[in-house]
Amino acid sequence: MIAEIGQFALILALVIAIIQGTLPLAGAALNRAQWVAVAKPAARGQFLFVIIAFLCLMHAYVTSDFSVANVAHNSHTLKPLLYKISGVWGNHEGSMVLWVTILALFGLAVAEFGTGLPPTLRARVLSIQGLIGVAFLAFILFTSNPFLRLDPAPLEGNGLNPILQDPGLAFHPPFLYLGYVGFSMAFSFAVAALIEGRVDPAWARWVRPWTLAAWCALTIGIALGSWWAYYELGWGGWWFWDPVENASFIPWLIGTALLHSAVVVEKRDALKSWTILLAILAFSMSLLGTFLVRSGVLTSVHAFASDPERGVFILGLLVFVIGGSLTLYAIRAPQLKGGGLFAPISREGALVLNNLLLTTGAAVVLLGTLYPLILDAFGGGKVSVGPPFFNATFVPLMVPVMLAAIVGAMLSWKRADIGAVFSRLKIAFYITLIAISVTAWFAGSLRDVLAAGGIGIAAWMIVGSALEIAERIALFKGPISNSWRRAIGLPRSAWGMAIAHGAVGIMVAGITASSAWRVEKIQLMAPGDVITVSGYSLKFEGAKPIKGPNYHGERGLFTVTKNGKAVTTLTPEKREYPAERSQTTEAGILTMVSGDLYAVLGDKSKNPAKGGASWSTRIYFNPLVAWIWVGAILMACGGLVSLTDRRHRIGAPKTARKPAKKAADPQPGPVSA
Amino acid sequence: MTRKRRRLNFIILGLLTLGVAAALVLTALEDKIVFFYSPTDIVTKKQIPTNQQVRVGGLVKEGTWKKPTNDLTHRFTVTDLRHNIPISYKGIIPDIFREGQGVVVLGKLQADGNFQADEVLAKHDEKYMPPEVAEALKKSGKWKQTEDAK
Repeated sequence: MIAEIGQFALILALVIAIIQGTLPLAGAALNRAQWVAVAKPAARGQFLFVIIAFLCLMHAYVTSDFSVANVAHNSHTLKPLLYKISGVWGNHEGSMVLWVTILALFGLAVAEFGTGLPPTLRARVLSIQGLIGVAFLAFILFTSNPFLRLDPAPLEGNGLNPILQDPGLAFHPPFLYLGYVGFSMAFSFAVAALIEGRVDPAWARWVRPWTLAAWCALTIGIALGSWWAYYELGWGGWWFWDPVENASFIPWLIGTALLHSAVVVEKRDALKSWTILLAILAFSMSLLGTFLVRSGVLTSVHAFASDPERGVFILGLLVFVIGGSLTLYAIRAPQLKGGGLFAPISREGALVLNNLLLTTGAAVVLLGTLYPLILDAFGGGKVSVGPPFFNATFVPLMVPVMLAAIVGAMLSWKRADIGAVFSRLKIAFYITLIAISVTAWFAGSLRDVLAAGGIGIAAWMIVGSALEIAERIALFKGPISNSWRRAIGLPRSAWGMAIAHGAVGIMVAGITASSAWRVEKIQLMAPGDVITVSGYSLKFEGAKPIKGPNYHGERGLFTVTKNGKAVTTLTPEKREYPAERSQTTEAGILTMVSGDLYAVLGDKSKNPAKGGASWSTRIYFNPLVAWIWVGAILMACGGLVSLTDRRHRIGAPKTARKPAKKAADPQPGPVSA
Repeated sequence: MTRKRRRLNFIILGLLTLGVAAALVLTALEDKIVFFYSPTDIVTKKQIPTNQQVRVGGLVKEGTWKKPTNDLTHRFTVTDLRHNIPISYKGIIPDIFREGQGVVVLGKLQADGNFQADEVLAKHDEKYMPPEVAEALKKSGKWKQTEDAK
């Protein structure tokens, strides 16, 4: 019964989405206020019915209703509640329902908070959102219905792939989709602006917070996924340049470029048509990512069983959305006259460089991801493109982006004196040189020289960002109370930028150190054996059988000492999930600032010489690896801080309607430069 | 600075970036991509390079997986049901590795016809068949049999 309600709600949502996607659009074109007014209630209705469908599916999972095929295929009564809930989006059908739920949520947000927008623009934005909703609801209903019944219902479900039964991965898809779908907002605003034929700073002020929010979510989503791969797959790696990973990384790169170019539209009324193009591309790449992951056209370590019919549907959608929006762009973009002029050496110029390199980087990643498909289509044989390709092409493109980020942040708008900026950055430059020399001193080979460069870039980003803030608050140049006052008065967006740029530096340090100086040891160990890795002695005490709620397995015990002092114990596990008939590896990890000690328990084998059994074990020391995720989270925090900037609140009069909030809010001052 | 002049600057900068990217990509495509071969390819074609990493995929032949005893070397045979390639892999085998299932290995072909794997790629999903493996089985004309055998 509940499943039927869910199905029915999805159909109603589709009907409402069709209305939302057509009437307001036509009304805005024909000047019919009543049609335009349909947009808001339609967005509310769509959200209502989609959330009902989502909750119905969740109900089926939580109560283990195996008469629903989707639940029977992907759940199990013995599964912990968290994974029953996350199981909703741990499969294709459910993840698509989550997709439209988030889409409808964003639509609702525009309808509710967008009261300050010109009515026709809002109606058009909601209409475009409605059309995207039509496409995805139809996709769900016609190719991937999550509410299909199974008759007779099995007594027990097949279970969720145990490797996905993990807290990190439970929240990875929602964040990823918040990011992907969040870019649909920028897309809808871009298409609506093209239809209106007008882009102004107010438009950018509207688009930027949505993009920023989507970008933060995507950053967290990718970081969660990479962190999960690191501790769950047991390979000690955290990024494999795998097609599925790239599928989320390409929209992130374009989204990052979009964030930066939207600033130029907002502040200087320039780069309009370029920003529109980026908004279209960011969402197009999100759709492409969904297609690549869901169609199974690419070989991936993360690939899941998939259905070609769905691939064809998403491909058709992709062609329609990308083709349609780019055609509209080609027709309308020439009308968007740029505003402010600027010299090549200026803040705008630096942001243009950032955009060029980030989009080129995204193009390179896209090419590497699609190359096997292209070559195969032309009969060139089966190939795979892996880390060596991306390291040789993508990394060199990102180096100038990071070097320029710090300089660009100090340049003034319109026309800047680069010599003055360089002299202000003297300290950062010296510290960078010291960092490079010290790193190179302790190392020798070519790989280490490159790594020293990476550490240098990290130092440059961190020190440069700190210096920028220190200068703006006049630190050490007067009484500390003065600096404090300035720090509070500094626009949140300035803080956000410095935090995010510094976070990139932290991340680069982690990436460089963990890839250049990682230590890996694989060996057979009998109880009592000791192995030394990077100064830590790990004594293998043996392995004991364990039993969990829905698995059983073995847990190894390592006691870790350094210089004779006890540090910790590591307990890697090897689990067997009988319901799903599969095994997983749970690494034992000790996370420290200096790096991670990472132990994996492998197969047991007979070892008569050592009186019984021995286990294959794999021990890693991954220097600074945790910095990668700390950096990523800080980057997202930078975005969130920037999101709270006063000028974004001015654009949202919703806060003014809430009396309680109004009192807490300071009077909107002059827009801070 | 005029609008035209500014646009020219952008175009030059854009072309420069694209040029550098194209150069990077083309050099990387020369030597940084990895080709896939089926066991039949390896046995029948003689010009498979032995000094370069390649990927080989097929089914893990039933009854051939020898687990390590005192070193860490796993030995098994990958087959497309027409030809077989013996594989050796030193390390810890992925959790989902099983006899009778599809697998892709990355490594180098040895002069004696053995294949030394550096990586064994297994998938999250046991229902999943690597497309290359499916293709290799289709080419060897044995695709139906494996389906029926299931």
